[in-house]
Amino acid sequence: MRVPLSWLREYVDLPATETGRDVQAKLISAGLEVETVEHLGADLKGPLVVGQVLTIEELEGFKKPIRFCTVDVGQANGTGEPQEIVCGARNFGVGDKVVVVLPGATLPGGFSISARKTYGKTSHGMICSGDELGMGDDGSHGIIVLPPETEVGRDAIELLELVDEVLDIAVTANRGDCLSIRGVAREAAIAYGLPLRDPALIDVPGPNAYGYPVEIADPTGCDRFTARTVTGLSAEARSPIWLQRRLQKVGMRPISLAVDVANYVMMELGQPLHTYDRALVQGTIGVRRAAEGEKIVTLDGVERKLHAEDLVITDDRGPIGLAGVMGGANTEIADHGAAENGGNATSDVVVEAAHFDQVSIARTARRHKLSSEASRRFERGVDPQAAAAAAQRTVDLLVLLAGGTAEAGVTEISAPTAPHTISVPADHPDRVAGVTYGRETVVRRLQQVGCDVYGQDELIVTVPSWRPDLTDPNDLAEEVIRLEGYENLPSTLPRPSAGRGLTSRQRLHRRVGRALAGAGYVEALNYPFVAEQVFDQLGLEADDPARRVVKLVNPLSDEEPALRTTLLPGLLGALRRNDGRGSHDLALFETGLVFHPRDERRVAANLPVDRRPGADDLAALDAALPDQPRHVAVVLTGAYERAGWWGKGRPADWADAVEAARLVAREAGAELAPRKGQYGPWHPGRCAELIVTVDGAERVVGHAGELHPRVLKTLGLPARTCAMELDLDAVARAGNDTPQAPGISTFPVATQDVALVVDEFVPAAEVESALRDGAGELLESIRLFDVYDNAEQLGEGRKSLAYALRFRAGDRTLTVDEASAARDAAVALAGERVGAVLRG
Amino acid sequence: MSAPNKSYDPVEVEALKPEEIERMRNEALAAFAAAGSLDALQEAKVAHTGGTSPLALANREIGALPPQAKADAGKRVGMARGAVNKALAARQAELEAERDARVLVEEAVDVTLPHDRVPAGARHPLTTLSERIEDVFVAMGYEVAEGPEAEAEWFNFDALNIGPDHPARGEADTFFVQGPDGGTESGVVLRTHTSPVQIRSALDRELPVYVICPGRVYRTDELDATHTPVFHQVELLAIDEGLTMADLKGTLDHMVQSLFGAEMKTRLRPNFFPFTEPSAEMDMLCYVCKGASVGNPDRPCRTCSSEGWIELGGCGMVNPRVLTACGIDPEKYSGFAFGFGIERMLMFRHNVEDMRDMVEGDVRFTRPFGMEI
Repeated sequence: MRVPLSWLREYVDLPATETGRDVQAKLISAGLEVETVEHLGADLKGPLVVGQVLTIEELEGFKKPIRFCTVDVGQANGTGEPQEIVCGARNFGVGDKVVVVLPGATLPGGFSISARKTYGKTSHGMICSGDELGMGDDGSHGIIVLPPETEVGRDAIELLELVDEVLDIAVTANRGDCLSIRGVAREAAIAYGLPLRDPALIDVPGPNAYGYPVEIADPTGCDRFTARTVTGLSAEARSPIWLQRRLQKVGMRPISLAVDVANYVMMELGQPLHTYDRALVQGTIGVRRAAEGEKIVTLDGVERKLHAEDLVITDDRGPIGLAGVMGGANTEIADHGAAENGGNATSDVVVEAAHFDQVSIARTARRHKLSSEASRRFERGVDPQAAAAAAQRTVDLLVLLAGGTAEAGVTEISAPTAPHTISVPADHPDRVAGVTYGRETVVRRLQQVGCDVYGQDELIVTVPSWRPDLTDPNDLAEEVIRLEGYENLPSTLPRPSAGRGLTSRQRLHRRVGRALAGAGYVEALNYPFVAEQVFDQLGLEADDPARRVVKLVNPLSDEEPALRTTLLPGLLGALRRNDGRGSHDLALFETGLVFHPRDERRVAANLPVDRRPGADDLAALDAALPDQPRHVAVVLTGAYERAGWWGKGRPADWADAVEAARLVAREAGAELAPRKGQYGPWHPGRCAELIVTVDGAERVVGHAGELHPRVLKTLGLPARTCAMELDLDAVARAGNDTPQAPGISTFPVATQDVALVVDEFVPAAEVESALRDGAGELLESIRLFDVYDNAEQLGEGRKSLAYALRFRAGDRTLTVDEASAARDAAVALAGERVGAVLRG
Repeated sequence: MSAPNKSYDPVEVEALKPEEIERMRNEALAAFAAAGSLDALQEAKVAHTGGTSPLALANREIGALPPQAKADAGKRVGMARGAVNKALAARQAELEAERDARVLVEEAVDVTLPHDRVPAGARHPLTTLSERIEDVFVAMGYEVAEGPEAEAEWFNFDALNIGPDHPARGEADTFFVQGPDGGTESGVVLRTHTSPVQIRSALDRELPVYVICPGRVYRTDELDATHTPVFHQVELLAIDEGLTMADLKGTLDHMVQSLFGAEMKTRLRPNFFPFTEPSAEMDMLCYVCKGASVGNPDRPCRTCSSEGWIELGGCGMVNPRVLTACGIDPEKYSGFAFGFGIERMLMFRHNVEDMRDMVEGDVRFTRPFGMEI
């Protein structure tokens, strides 16, 4: 809500010295979020005067039409001689009153005016457009043509009220009353401790039987409807400058007198109004719910199909307005322009000032995606008691400015409503704030906001009609506390109950991040939005479960409507971005949620809020949510170890990706076994599927290795890019975060090395497992230290694996024979299981 | 009669003459001194102390002497050999020390050589800043609570007193999840704030509840320098008997002091949120200028745009209606809550100028933040 300080001062006698910044500070402290103070005309300097165009000479031979004008500016130029001005605009003629800026003046933006040569003439000033004066663009870009009665030579800065300050207030959803100058003035009056001149306190004639006929079929949707009629509006009448200027300053475009007046009164009092061309309304005005499928063309020219819950204004034909949201085109006011175009300008109008149900308007506005100034106010709460006054103000202004005649008939239909009262202990605000205000202060503050207060220890508070947001005791507490000043609240620290620190899951997430960062990976946090084609690009099978996605109704981009089921698309995108920016040695990681639809998809129910929902209902709610496990993934490309003065580098390879998975599993205290795998985006020969054992059952929890060359090509990624992805939650379930201490023997170690030759397709893990099992309890550790494949020495399709076995006993020094026997047993079992033979 | 070999005159044994022994000793000492390397010394050692060295050979002659002469000669030779061995040891030590010193000099390296063999990794500053904030509260006794990102509308809105027709619901810029069979009604949204975790905590935990809830949230904003559709918040919830707005203020003050320094404080301004009543906007004193830039054009402050205060987020006393929806008696319990965006705090705490830098995953942005901030 934009509030010109000049308009505000009409209702509150703010001290003359108060600047917009001062008022801003006061209102912010009282709870209105004044975002900016715009200083209109801050750098404007005259002379800026009213002139009358005397002659116009069209200058020929230029690219665009140019006029050389003489303008009478009275004595403003000191000589009384006509002012010679070159002008490019064409929307004026000889005799028109215009705004002239004379040499020596400065226009907004620091634009200094001086006599200058242009188009072969000397221009002594400019004829001004609204834009140039900082009045806001009226859409025409043309110069301002003033009403003919405007006095020549008059100071236009004052005439056009060009110097002002405008407060821009972000009004919160509860304070519909502050979507009006009246409401903001009330807050300013309270903040300054000054009286308010309430513009709604005007004499209004009582209802009578001969007003325009209105029938309300739905009194809960519309509990108040005032209709007034004004006849004989002059077709020539225009909105006066002051009214246009005020509308411009609050951010509305002047349109025509009748529309401008309705907008003006809405801004002043917060009551949305509608004016119907009476000649176009057929019969009784009605308010009812729409029939399903009924249609209306609204003022914005859009045909809208109505819903059975939409509240509509009707006449004998059907809907003539979407109640509280937007009028219909079929009863639109026609302005003077219509008359000039051969149509009939509106002469008689019916003014509607009604009060509609907040929820109904909110739903209709949402349903039709149509948020208007009116709907915004009704949704947030309009003072129902202001309707009659607003109708009267409209009538008064139409009579005054358009020469109309107010008909004596006053229609006023209102459903009986009791004022809202709240019972609240007098010390409730004290208990909410932690401050002792005392009953007297509480009562005084509540009265200031317009409440009637009775009672001693228990207060009975009747809230004012313009504050429908005050419904609960805490609402009243807030009024007291904010007016006493949030800045005066003391600062005390509660003593929370003893906490148990981070959970093991939370500690694991931190540890995984630190471990991966410690291994050289950089964390990237990617958006979870993906395109479904990405699954084709990743080479997933048609029936891959990862293709089952959760989709958004309103994605940011129609190309990415789904939520990720894998972290890879986002991470690979980040990798590509980094690569494109010149970082070629990359190791990235991410941990985050992925989203899987449930097998049985249900709608999450809307549970009650007046009590704790039942356990079953809550469980059903959770069961309706997508499954959202936390994944961890890495991608890497380029050199893992860089070349340098120390020697050669080492490119990132499949083994780094597998190692990253082991690293994560180690942090989780889980045993992770890689096994040769084959899955979607990975190179079929360089992919490990990663397995953990939970409750005795093996489970594949992810994959690691080099990515498939075809996938890399499709996605535009560097060759040999590697990746790993794990279901971190599943790994955590397999983990044990309380490791047990091993027994440490201080007897000497006996080391035995063995080189085994096996078929090249025998996985090293199986050889190691056989050796381990065969060596028995004396084996302390086993380590593969060399892999060798030389067809000449080993034969085609054979490889040699060299292991260092360390044996130790807990109670004695092992003899060479004991160690050798254990080694032989290990080799024998390897021979039996995988056909390994000792290399000769 | 037998008699000692009279023909053998000890004085005549050339090698055992005192001057001879003296000469041998001096030659040995000179050779050691002249040895310029351990190898040369080794040669001199063999020449002057070895089995065929003059002194060794002289020593061998002693046995043939008559007893008196034997003793004299033995003493002389012994002393000479002692002196030679001592000189050898000394020279040996000297040359070894020289060698060691030389080796150390030869082994010297250029310690300024860079070593970026495996470039350092880093965690994202949004992660670590969030943890930093969590830790402030964990130290006070709060626990960290989490919740799903795809959340039921009931948790995200209704239970927070944002009914279906509340204007705030329309203003929430919500991503809606498709329903079964692609319909628009699912009752599920991408959570627009971390506040639903408040509800989950209030429902799941025993009273009193003191939790801090970090997490990712979603709004339908296009990415630009100051907006991102996916961002991070930290939410706090305390429910206990007798909690007041002064307690909220004190908790906020403690947080900004922990994160920004002892002289920090917060300011509350009235505002409106459906789930808190009373509600407030919270600002913290600008940690850079401490307010000194206000009205002081000579000392402008970029961090707070010379406002003196930095907007942090929203807070307030938990609306009793929210407590009711969680089955908590608002007559007995009260609570306070606050929430704010981590991106914003990262921006002003670490001079991040463009929101996109936090989103794009450029390693050049993330690396300098290391493991913790």
